[in-house]
Amino acid sequence: MLAVARRAGIALITLFIVMSLTFFLVRKVPGDPLYEWAVELSQTYGMRIEEAYEQVKVLYGYDPNEPMSEQYINYIKGLLRGNLGTSMVYKMSVNKILLTALPWTVFLLSISLLISFGLGMLMGMIIAWKRKTALEPIVTAYAAFTGATPDYITALILLIVFAINLKLFPMQGAYDSALTSGFNWPFIKSVLYHAILPIFAYVFEGTAAWAMAMKGSAVSVLGEDYIMAARARGLKERRIMVFYMGRNAILPLVTGLAIALGTMLGGATFIETIFGYPGIGWFFGQATAKRDFGLMQGLFLMTAAVTIFSNLVADILYSRLDPRIKLEE
Amino acid sequence: MSVAAIPTRLYRSIYEPLVIIRRNRRAFIGLIILVIFALMATVGPEVVPLDTTQRFEKRFQWPSLEHPLGTDHVGRDTFQQIVHGSRDVLSTAFLAGVFATAIAITVGMLAGLQGGMADALLMLMTNAILTVPSFPVMMIIAVVFKVRDPVSLGLLLSIWTWGGLARAIRSQILSLKEREFIEAARALGLSTFHVVFQELLPNVMPYVAINFFSLMRGAITASVGLMFLGLIPFKATNWGMMLNFAAWQGAIYVPKALFYFGSPMACIILFQLGAFFFANGLDEVLNPRLRT
Repeated sequence: MLAVARRAGIALITLFIVMSLTFFLVRKVPGDPLYEWAVELSQTYGMRIEEAYEQVKVLYGYDPNEPMSEQYINYIKGLLRGNLGTSMVYKMSVNKILLTALPWTVFLLSISLLISFGLGMLMGMIIAWKRKTALEPIVTAYAAFTGATPDYITALILLIVFAINLKLFPMQGAYDSALTSGFNWPFIKSVLYHAILPIFAYVFEGTAAWAMAMKGSAVSVLGEDYIMAARARGLKERRIMVFYMGRNAILPLVTGLAIALGTMLGGATFIETIFGYPGIGWFFGQATAKRDFGLMQGLFLMTAAVTIFSNLVADILYSRLDPRIKLEE
Repeated sequence: MSVAAIPTRLYRSIYEPLVIIRRNRRAFIGLIILVIFALMATVGPEVVPLDTTQRFEKRFQWPSLEHPLGTDHVGRDTFQQIVHGSRDVLSTAFLAGVFATAIAITVGMLAGLQGGMADALLMLMTNAILTVPSFPVMMIIAVVFKVRDPVSLGLLLSIWTWGGLARAIRSQILSLKEREFIEAARALGLSTFHVVFQELLPNVMPYVAINFFSLMRGAITASVGLMFLGLIPFKATNWGMMLNFAAWQGAIYVPKALFYFGSPMACIILFQLGAFFFANGLDEVLNPRLRT
């Protein structure tokens, strides 16, 4: 219990460090990002620039003329209330943007992660069980290849081959914008159709790493006495592979799964940007490209908080799943 | 050291590792790939001239004797751009690898040797760096600081990547410092400086060398990625800029441009594979236990 509290404490401190670093980093931006927004506002509504500036300050929730300490306290207060800030480009709260983007990212990543984790486990299990098969060199080569290929290259190649040249899949977006969104079959079909290439990119990039991790874990389990005991009892090969080796080997990987889930919630900027998929990663890419510091900061903090939390969950989960593991004091 | 010892030392430090790498096919291929890229980045730009004249009538050509890798959207030679781009890409990656390794060694050594409060604080930092994904951090810093020169780009690429290595060095130091030869050195009254640089550092170096390659690989992926997103303005010949032009200015829609956008992709994948294979081989050279 003490160990869990300690872990939680470290996670909180980490989150606090990240929050503070982000605050000071964004304040380092040369020039006054609020001013540009104020100019824009004063032009569209015909206000005086001072008036517009006042309004922007309220909208953005910070006043550059306040002392730094005051700004910092207000910033932390806002975050504690769950207010992630305001986007300067989209002119709305980051929370609202998050609400529209998160479902897309969650949809993509949960399916992709499920497929790549499942496939990886299966491959890893088989190559660990049957050392000398044709599958082993293939999986190893595949792992070396995906390890060497950044996800943006994988995504670009998929886009070029399957969307642009073969015209099998749509190039951009999450659904056909001509359709009305909702629970109707054409819309759902369109959503699935648009998701195929991005999911394939994630799965192609991720599976090999899971397979290699599973192989490593499974090989270390193979030497255990209970495997030999199962063999001696004359159990079927497949049964030993799946239930004796597999189930034990999978334990340490569950931690990795929890962490991957958290990390991916931040969205893969490259895959979402290349396929024009309106998830968190796409918005983050847009925010940096357009120098939208409000959105950048909000999305980044959300991502950081989720990863820190998922790491904590993974730690605790691991010690619960495997009672032999004690959390490091 | 006697004169006769020099050839033996040379033999042991250069020839022997090469023989081991030569025997390992993948490591040898990796070494060759790395040497080719190193030559390309150092000698290449001196030998291959860069002609930036725009000739629209020659846009997006297939490879020919005149243009071994075809031409880009305004008829410039792709091969020349690849060669001239390699210097920037590889030098920033090299710098990033050096910086990250240096930070990791410093932090890991300090934390491991010092212990106590310093250790706790340094590990808290390391933990934060390991937990929060590095690429978004690099994106934000790139936008805030407007990186333009190779050195600051190298710094940007290394600032959030040293965590894993630092933690590993720390734990190695923790176990090494209890070992007998360190106790002996201490008993002999040798200075901490001597213990750190002559006794401890050589023992963690093999591990550091292997990690250097993976840090460099990460730096290439990240720097090309940042350029691909247009977050760091750099020379147009940079591989990342080539991909950026290809993706956002329409080359990927032109089937004839295959060699223009395919070349930087192939170079990145090849370099990564080369570094991966070589680092694996190095692991075997430096860890004799793996060689059976």
